[in-house]
Amino acid sequence: MRMLPTSDITPQVAALCRRLNFALPLDVREALCRARERETSPRAREALDLLLENTQVAERECLPLCQDTGMVVVFAEVGEEVCFCGSLQAAVDAGVAEAYREGSLRPSVLADPLRRDSNTGDNTPAILHLEQVPGDRLTLHVAAKGGGSENQSALWLLSPSQGREGIVAAIVGRIREAGGRPCPPLVLGVGLGGNFETAPLLAKKALFRPLGQPSPDPQLADLEREILQRVNETGVGPLGLGGNTTALAVHVVSAPCHLATLPVALNVQCHAVRHATVVI
Amino acid sequence: MAAAVTESARPLRVTLPLETATALSLRAGQALRLFGEMFTARDAAHARLVEALATGAPLPFDLAGAVIYYCGPTPGPPPRPIGAAGPTTSSRMDAYAPALYQAGVRATLGKGERALAVREACREFGGLYLITVGGAGALLGSRVLSAEVVAYPELGPEAVRRLVVADFPAWVAYDAHGGSLFPADSDLPRAVPK
Repeated sequence: MRMLPTSDITPQVAALCRRLNFALPLDVREALCRARERETSPRAREALDLLLENTQVAERECLPLCQDTGMVVVFAEVGEEVCFCGSLQAAVDAGVAEAYREGSLRPSVLADPLRRDSNTGDNTPAILHLEQVPGDRLTLHVAAKGGGSENQSALWLLSPSQGREGIVAAIVGRIREAGGRPCPPLVLGVGLGGNFETAPLLAKKALFRPLGQPSPDPQLADLEREILQRVNETGVGPLGLGGNTTALAVHVVSAPCHLATLPVALNVQCHAVRHATVVI
Repeated sequence: MAAAVTESARPLRVTLPLETATALSLRAGQALRLFGEMFTARDAAHARLVEALATGAPLPFDLAGAVIYYCGPTPGPPPRPIGAAGPTTSSRMDAYAPALYQAGVRATLGKGERALAVREACREFGGLYLITVGGAGALLGSRVLSAEVVAYPELGPEAVRRLVVADFPAWVAYDAHGGSLFPADSDLPRAVPK
């Protein structure tokens, strides 16, 4: 067994929270540049220019990419040989609090969903998911997830007879309806199968895949291509201004499900893809 | 489809607060650069503003001609007046917007499509709905020259702030004549001149 003191985890989480709010990952920046080259509408091009300029200003002026500095979501892959001395949730929350208390990030978590005056002040608690994996290491995938794009996410419990076409139609319809609200160009995480509670989790997890890397399953990779094409044909465009860049990528993850069901979850991610990973 | 939407010619420089004639002359799709004063307010502040309007309680700023920006900024690292300051989703304020346009608000500024009632309120009261760059908080924060809390400081990021901006990018999403920039919207019939 490897004893891992939780005091080793807190500073790593704090560092990730700081980093991901100020710098857009290179693959996302490159995808925005490619979209800029493809767009023909002057308004869409101007919008993408401003988004690219935003990434430069954020780094140069040490300002967060977006004022919605997110609720922190952590997927922890815990090696089977790792033993914690203390609570992982407490260690993660301490890191989040450290980063968000410094003052340049906006605390956006309410202790009571129905009380606007119940802001916890330090953006805790984080949402933590645990998964056991072989080995003696701890891997943390950390995201700062904005509220505007999360609000446009959805879960459908389709009838199996609706099949692939039903899945595509549900997702494309949702994105058309969402329009400019979730800050397109988007990354779409799709969870296929599982059940009522696991499909959304798969969708969230799908967002952590490197941008645009296709599913290793050829059938799912083909579904990703079809959804991406159909979403980009909606004409919603960057920020809803019209254009052919509504999504940068679609990632589908599947899991076994009951034969009477076809659960489909869509997690919508805005262009400010703030994800980072650390191995401890 | 939206008819005759201006496809981004050179952005037009406009001074805030907007003069009535300027507001009426702008058409959906026009790109703008804003210079001057606006007030931030989002969910919680709107609930209070509309309650004050309903009960006749004093308002924290003069609504006549005002521009309301749907924004909950991050704090500014010294000496900056503000941190990241991009728009939040406007549709959450749809329930409050018609009453505010009626009370004299000239324009609201945010991101994304809104309820039909907001477009109708713009047409009825000569108002505008403007949008800016969702998610470009750093860029937009860098275009804010000054920021001061003028009401509800206990709401933290949701407090009402008076901002002075320069070269702040925006587009006219809904104009005062029923026009919309969004591809999925049909134009409303123009208002009958009173």
